[in-house]
Amino acid sequence: MTIPLHWYLIVAAALFCIGLYGVLSRRNAIGILMGIELMLNAVNINLVAFWRYVAPTASAGQVFALFAFTVAAAEAAVGLALIIAIYRSRDTVIVEDIDLLRG
Amino acid sequence: MEVDMVQTVVFIICSLVTLGAAFAVVTSKNLFHSALFLVLSFVGVASLYILLEAPFLAAVQILVYVGAIAILIVFAVMLTRRLMAKDLVQRNTQWGWAALGAMLFFVALGLILLRVNWPVVEAAVPAETISILGQDLMGRYLVPFEVASVLLLVALVGSIIIARERE
Repeated sequence: MTIPLHWYLIVAAALFCIGLYGVLSRRNAIGILMGIELMLNAVNINLVAFWRYVAPTASAGQVFALFAFTVAAAEAAVGLALIIAIYRSRDTVIVEDIDLLRG
Repeated sequence: MEVDMVQTVVFIICSLVTLGAAFAVVTSKNLFHSALFLVLSFVGVASLYILLEAPFLAAVQILVYVGAIAILIVFAVMLTRRLMAKDLVQRNTQWGWAALGAMLFFVALGLILLRVNWPVVEAAVPAETISILGQDLMGRYLVPFEVASVLLLVALVGSIIIARERE
């Protein structure tokens, strides 16, 4: 194994922080969702790297990553359906303008 | 020696492509360009899975993320476009603090994970990983598998109902 484990972990941490910046700084709701998907991908890289380097003979790491894929797909579908519904009724997807619940 | 060098170079190229595309996703002014860079980032992550000797997960990544989620995002971008692009600014007012926070968090994560002594095992990946994975999904992890199926069903029905046209 020529590439040390912590190189993969640093790449995953960098991807997570880029996704975090996207979530915190974008105005469009779909832009925020793209940041969330980047964060989920970073977590999956971590899972698979730990599977490969710590316990490659067990399948728990890969199974965990597969379930993370599943949950991410379900969450992206529901999130985008919500954004489309909001766009239909409010005619905007800028999160600053969606303030019906604000006091 | 040759193989080690090639593997390191390939890893650096794949990581740079992934991280560069991710950076373009969060900083691009055009949302459609962001969606396309997101596809590139997902493909980069799939290449990292191949380097980690998990080819099945790389295929699933391309099928699920590029083939489903990224296409869904492109559809949503096109369905929620406004005719007047007066909101061309994609950064909100707290982007400076967000960048500072994200960088500090990355530095903290990096320092922590460089100091931990990870229990690395020098074992080889078994030859029939996919067969072991399939048997475990149907054996040990049967309950989470069924729960994931129910979750997907709920997400499917729910998103259809939420995004339905109101008469």
